[in-house]
Amino acid sequence: MKLIEGGRAELLGWHDPDEQREWIRMNKSLALKDKRTSLKEAVSKFLKDGDYVASGGFGHVRVSMASIYEITRQKRRNLTFAAKTAVHDIDILIAAGCVDKVEVAYSFGHELRGLSPAGRRAVEGGKVKVLSEISNAGFQWRFKAAAMGLPFLPTRVMLGTDTLRFSSAKVVEDPFSGKPICLLPACYPDFVFIHVHRCDKYGNAQIDGITVEDSELARAARRLILTTEQVVDEEEIRREPNRTIIPFYLVNAVCEVPYGSHPCNMPGLYYSDEEHMAEWLTLSRTEEGVQEYLDRYVFSVDDFSEYIELVGGEKKMDYLRRLEAVEAPLKAPWVRRG
Amino acid sequence: MDYNATELMACVASRILKGGESVLVGTGLPILATMLAQRLHSPNLLVFFEAGGIGPRIPMIPISVGDSRTVHKAVMAASMDYVMSCAQLGFIDFGFLGAAQIDPYGNLNTTVIGPHSNPKTRLPGSGGANDVGSLCRRTIILMHHERRRFVEKLDFLTTPGYLTGPGARERAGLPLRTGPYRVITQLGVMGFDSCSKRMKLISIHPGATVDDVVENTGFEIILPDEISETEPPTEVELRLLREEIDPVGIVIG
Repeated sequence: MKLIEGGRAELLGWHDPDEQREWIRMNKSLALKDKRTSLKEAVSKFLKDGDYVASGGFGHVRVSMASIYEITRQKRRNLTFAAKTAVHDIDILIAAGCVDKVEVAYSFGHELRGLSPAGRRAVEGGKVKVLSEISNAGFQWRFKAAAMGLPFLPTRVMLGTDTLRFSSAKVVEDPFSGKPICLLPACYPDFVFIHVHRCDKYGNAQIDGITVEDSELARAARRLILTTEQVVDEEEIRREPNRTIIPFYLVNAVCEVPYGSHPCNMPGLYYSDEEHMAEWLTLSRTEEGVQEYLDRYVFSVDDFSEYIELVGGEKKMDYLRRLEAVEAPLKAPWVRRG
Repeated sequence: MDYNATELMACVASRILKGGESVLVGTGLPILATMLAQRLHSPNLLVFFEAGGIGPRIPMIPISVGDSRTVHKAVMAASMDYVMSCAQLGFIDFGFLGAAQIDPYGNLNTTVIGPHSNPKTRLPGSGGANDVGSLCRRTIILMHHERRRFVEKLDFLTTPGYLTGPGARERAGLPLRTGPYRVITQLGVMGFDSCSKRMKLISIHPGATVDDVVENTGFEIILPDEISETEPPTEVELRLLREEIDPVGIVIG
């Protein structure tokens, strides 16, 4: 294949497919064993400083915020983050000094709520480096290549743009059509955390609603921890095996964390907490505000259940449940009406 | 009847969707336009959301591009791979884009203002924009018309328009018969000249003038002999937007 153009960015998270096969043989267990543990232990055991890290979900939806707060509490450092539409998750980690390098599809923003003061301040001030650019589909297909055990996946995105020039993709002449095609290198993150609706103690997991890219990301991950709304009996999983999105042998740890995606949206269970988001967006305008937020919601508590009490407990969660069911009016203090 | 620029842009965009069979949307203005089109003239317009929602009956504006509203009574809750593959297969007629900067060929910047290594302003990046701009048949760009945003040369080319002009998309390997179709701003509606692929003015909004457009465009825009005036929003359009589609004022303010 004739090489037409190559992106100039550092290639992150890539391994030779044979090296990855060997790594899987040596490190992934096919044993059905009980993997339940506390999130504190799971993060402490499976996340290393300097890791390339990716988070499941998408934007403010089904993100394992419990993991984000735990990583922050453990003061992990020098992480590189896969910002595959990373918003509140990466914002907290950047603000807390855990992440200093990013591969960006979408970051430093809060979707409709506006740009992210903390993330932008860090990049514009040089505290965080953007190592590589990519598109959303591009990231997705990097994980898909990894999930298939391939070195790359050919696609028709990013062609002709600076997004490609600042990525690690390459453009070659497709030997079948003769047209230029973009090859996206596989991406195997060192550490991935995904929040799911339910799984059994072995890690067989179901997700309600869109799966985004988590089916692929789970296979691409070298170390994978699940946080789950609920640990269910194995028989519940085996009754409807077509619903399993992530099978047990991909999973290193299972942590039961009810409401573990708050303040993000957990499809079918609770909507995003826009009052809490507004508080973060206001506080994160200054470094003092960031510290105030982290002290209040992360460092003053031992675990996520204490955090849920702080943000309003069952009363708040009941409102978010009704909001999710479109039975309560939206309260979004960041809306500038009029 | 009074209306603001956001409401006008939503109405104009929704009219353009007439006749299209499918649209890939994010949230914000595009979703207003799409919901309005479904209620007024295109009830069967098939909506795709990049994170996996296909064919929802959207009860209210999603705040996040993948939130529960994007799969409410949908025909399928799929994945990003699934939706983006459908776009790559050619199933999607329209795609919406926004940008901080646009050039005469409809190329867009949503990544950075200033040098990439030392940004003056860091923007969110491509997100799904590059994918939408690469794979949808026709893209509709919604943005604010200002000289600093309509520039001869972008600081960073995030999403492909017609790149350097006629034939450039095809030479780069992008799918045939794709590219930017309309640019809607607070001043008017622009299209692209079929020969040169450069931006041309199609219509100006009520209250705006051709001079306003020229003054707020940092490159030479093609001014055809006939430039029409945009039809203002109708009472029905405004009522639907304000009372049913965005009652909280998340997008329309």
